Amino acid sequence: MFVPCGDSVPDLAGFTFLMPAVSVGNVGQLAIDLIISTLNMCKIGYFYTDCLVPMVGNNPYATAEENSTELSINAEVYSLPSKKLVALQLRSIFIKYKSKPFCEKLLSWVKSSNCAKVIVLSSSHSYHRNDLQLRSTPFRYLLTPFLQKTVQNKIKSLNWEEMEKSPCIPEIDDSEFCIRIPGGGITKTLYDEGYSVMTPQHLPCSGKCQVHGDYSLAVVFLLRFFDLFSVL
Amino acid sequence: MAATFFGEVVKAPCRAGTEDQEEEEDERRETAEDREVRRQLARKREVRLFRRQTKTSLEVSLLEKYPCSKFIIAIGNNAVAFLSSFVMNSGVWEEVGCAKLWNEWCRTTDTVHLSPTDAFCVFYHLKSNPSVFGSCPRRNMQVTVLTCRHVTDYKTAESTSSLHSPFLKALKTENFKEPPCCSLLEQPNIVHDLPAAVLSYCQVWKIPAILYLCYTDVMKLDLITVGAFKPVLSSRSLKGLVKNIPQSTEILKKLMTTNEIQSNIYT
Repeated sequence: MFVPCGDSVPDLAGFTFLMPAVSVGNVGQLAIDLIISTLNMCKIGYFYTDCLVPMVGNNPYATAEENSTELSINAEVYSLPSKKLVALQLRSIFIKYKSKPFCEKLLSWVKSSNCAKVIVLSSSHSYHRNDLQLRSTPFRYLLTPFLQKTVQNKIKSLNWEEMEKSPCIPEIDDSEFCIRIPGGGITKTLYDEGYSVMTPQHLPCSGKCQVHGDYSLAVVFLLRFFDLFSVL
Repeated sequence: MAATFFGEVVKAPCRAGTEDQEEEEDERRETAEDREVRRQLARKREVRLFRRQTKTSLEVSLLEKYPCSKFIIAIGNNAVAFLSSFVMNSGVWEEVGCAKLWNEWCRTTDTVHLSPTDAFCVFYHLKSNPSVFGSCPRRNMQVTVLTCRHVTDYKTAESTSSLHSPFLKALKTENFKEPPCCSLLEQPNIVHDLPAAVLSYCQVWKIPAILYLCYTDVMKLDLITVGAFKPVLSSRSLKGLVKNIPQSTEILKKLMTTNEIQSNIYT
């Protein structure tokens, strides 16, 4: 559940909700860290849950002695009202079998907050790329049907490529094709849950990159992501 | 994955789920019987409160029955030994309840004959000032957590030869206004498990709380490690509770001796 830092619940109506999937290379989380620290977003609350492994530490975005002693927990919410942006940062992994309940609770909160859209930053194993993918950029996007209609052409004009479907059961020739995101954590679950639970205005989309061990790719990913963000 | 003594590789038990696809496939293959087994395991892992003397369950939560202003939690054998020897030897402490818990890593099943350093959870309150601990978050309650970690978990840019373990570090919630008895834990160090769960709860619900973390290279019961907690005795939470430090040191030595006799390579 969302617990605000202050006494009142902030109004997030019309905001863009950004979040990472805990995925291979922690790319999404690194990207969200960069966003929060670069845009100097303020902490507005906590997403208090028993679905994540508990962890605490001192403020990772400290800029001075005074703010270096603020405690941070495993799931915190930051906002930048001037850009109507709200970001959830996840700092630990899911307890087994708790990822789906987490997605349900999270999307339920996002829906009740009337956020305009949800953007998930994720990553996937690069060794799953086929020959065609190996010859192209390591970045892909995935949109839910409503957003596909409204922004697909604009995204394509920015040279982003849509996530390809792959065989549901690899090695089987006549296997059906579906969206697979190996190493993507809850990305697929969020996408599936979002489609079935939320109204068309709130369907999630995701930007992702495929990681092969060089985490500086998170920075490149973020720079490319801001192109996409201007369109969404 | 972990290698056993005999060399075969087995999957180490872990509550953290890292393989998303494995979990999805498990859920798809799950039968009604699997779901029932999982439900029963979850019920078995539930924490239950009871009184050891009467062997009855506590009907209401402990903190409703015994509201308090100071909640002190010691986690691990050195922290527990410190609390038992230095704090609980002063005044009369009454046992008010016990937490019965089980998970796949539990080794202690006998809850009747326990030394203060055995892994278990027992609640005490001070008879002369029964204002220690509770259940509902109360703004005027203060929580102190004591625990240990191995010094190899401590991350620092300094050379490890300059670290003199054991040493104490602190983490506090926003509402904890007193100065801590030692320096704060620097980034990128983090804390996991029960101490993190307690501190997270206190941070979210605005309860003043402080965690004192002792980094040591001896994880078994050790006089020097227990002694590293002594600066905490000057904190406002514990100051009024500690009366006789020389006597406490004697109690601690006796505890060490008892523990040494019991432990051998076959236990």
